[in-house]
Amino acid sequence: MPREPIEIDLELNHLSILDQEGTVDEALMPEIPDELLRRGFRTMLLARRFDERRLTLQRSGQIGTFAPVNGQEAAQIGTIGALRPSDWFVPSYRETAANLWRGTDPADMLVFDAGYNEGVNLPEEARDLPNAVPVGTQMLQAVGIAHAARLRGSDDVAMTFFGDGATSQGDFHEALNFAAVFDCPVVFVCQNNQYAISVPRSRQTASRTLAQKAIAYGLPALQVDGNDLFACHVAASEAVARARRDGRATLIECVTYRLEMHTTADDPTRYREDDEVERWLERDPLKRLATYLADRGVLDKDGREAMEDEIEEIIDDAWERAQARIAELDSVGPIFEHIHAEPTPELVRQRERWLDDADRGGGDHG
Amino acid sequence: MAELTMVEAINQALHEAMEADEAVMVLGEDVGVDGGIFRATQGLIEAFGEERVVDTPLAESGILGFSIGLALNGMKPVPEMQFSGFSYLGFHQLESHASRMRWRTQGRFGVPMVVRMPYGAGVRALEHHSESREVFYAHMPGLKIVVPSTPANARALLHAAIADPDPVVFFEPKASYRAFREEVPDAVEEIEIGRARTAREGDDLTVIAFGAMLPVALEAAETLSGEDGREAEVIDLLSLSPLDHGTVTRSVARTGRCVVVHEAPMSYGPAGEICARINEHAFLTLEAPVARVTGPDIHVPFFAREEHFLPDAARVLAACRETLAF
Repeated sequence: MPREPIEIDLELNHLSILDQEGTVDEALMPEIPDELLRRGFRTMLLARRFDERRLTLQRSGQIGTFAPVNGQEAAQIGTIGALRPSDWFVPSYRETAANLWRGTDPADMLVFDAGYNEGVNLPEEARDLPNAVPVGTQMLQAVGIAHAARLRGSDDVAMTFFGDGATSQGDFHEALNFAAVFDCPVVFVCQNNQYAISVPRSRQTASRTLAQKAIAYGLPALQVDGNDLFACHVAASEAVARARRDGRATLIECVTYRLEMHTTADDPTRYREDDEVERWLERDPLKRLATYLADRGVLDKDGREAMEDEIEEIIDDAWERAQARIAELDSVGPIFEHIHAEPTPELVRQRERWLDDADRGGGDHG
Repeated sequence: MAELTMVEAINQALHEAMEADEAVMVLGEDVGVDGGIFRATQGLIEAFGEERVVDTPLAESGILGFSIGLALNGMKPVPEMQFSGFSYLGFHQLESHASRMRWRTQGRFGVPMVVRMPYGAGVRALEHHSESREVFYAHMPGLKIVVPSTPANARALLHAAIADPDPVVFFEPKASYRAFREEVPDAVEEIEIGRARTAREGDDLTVIAFGAMLPVALEAAETLSGEDGREAEVIDLLSLSPLDHGTVTRSVARTGRCVVVHEAPMSYGPAGEICARINEHAFLTLEAPVARVTGPDIHVPFFAREEHFLPDAARVLAACRETLAF
């Protein structure tokens, strides 16, 4: 037989549970305790309000460039919420909501945003990596982390985040391939927010979906409404269970939208139309979840107002603490720290020289 | 005491390190069943199994990024780049992550990883198999780079690299893999990373070399001694980063004359850094300009002409004589 079809597993689903009117598909709706629902919504709202404050701080020159998360809160909270604390979180650079869920202090995030390394303040037990900026490169590290967990007899898993642009990078493909070949317990969360800075999703790939790329590597995949907290959570829970139980990786494509700029350094009106943004505002992940929670009596109007007040206080307090910490930081000495476990003689020499120059009010570092 | 080639000594060090510490893993292309294309990892998979000796997919970034993850979660990976000429596909994992993770995390996460890669010309190989690009790695803050020159110091340096809490690039001079044998002690020994050694003592000038250029420098020194009666001190750098400029400049301060030898292209090569260190620490003792004997600023020619690229003892000897006559 010279030519016959090859059977491969092409199963690929799209999952949506909570529509933009705030109505759920009861058959697909997972059991989530009210308290956890409130916590999920509260973290999403905190991330949104935190971004709004940071935008004000950035525009007034008090912090530097950052990457807003607005619009992607459900994609992050739905997925990260499936992890336990001992699992590993390997983010890109826009995972504000996921970071807040993991317990990162917003004051640390503001110290980081103000340009100080000390904002990366990981406790000894932390299983969270800091921001990874070169797109897609962190995915391979998540695979290695997950593999090491297995080798060491642990059932911890790793979850890594990236965007639609990352799927064009070689490291995306190498990461999926290594994860599949070595049975690594990792969950790949693609936040397809439609743009890599200015370049639309259609310019990243001619594939109909990003999720289907996993099929070529022999991995299961699922595409979900990324603005639907419940769909994201169901997908992630299944993927985490599969990773923990079978050591099998999953690619989840969360179809979402970046409502703000890529970072505060760009102007999205140059590359997209307002009516597109308007259409996605109608699909806002917070709005639909708020409607659902109000209808269910989990969070009424008074409860929401109290939550807004509490969040405002948290953010005020975080900025006050961040400013206090920044005021106590040394200027020159810390830039030489943590290059190696033990500084080399040359670095000790250079550090002394830079400190001497700083004492003299700057000057020649030669 | 056994007489080993360098590749045998490296293989022995890997066996010893894996025996001593279960966290040590070897991974790369053809390192398992095949034992490595130079046989540096021979016998490891039989001794330690395929969980710890891993034949990976053919993807350099994958190997290095995966290894960083392993290191972040308690393992001590020793990935192999089959040739340094292929390491650029994974370069960003070293520049963007391995070298920065300790700094980025304020000391919370280190990356204890040793990236082995054969480098250099002289084995009549195809394109991309003969380059000497050590400065790419020596230029990265947070990364150490080590280049052994003999079987015994290859074994001792590899042990030190594996014990190091930070990432180390271990550049192996493939032309020296089987070029000669040397007695290697039974007991495991380490050489401190960042320390040069005096390979030959002399008072008339200093010759600085490393890796596969060390035998070339020593041969030139012997000829200079026999034919001219002048004695060269030969410094073997062993580590390029951190660079032991104290050993270099103390020798130059005594001899007043210096020749630096490396096979990498001349411009922005290791000799540039060494000359700068001599300027900073021994300038007033110089009796002659520091000379460089290096590859030219060209791609390594296809192998029929590679001997015209590589520095040889005759060129080093000529440079020594010019420096002495200045």
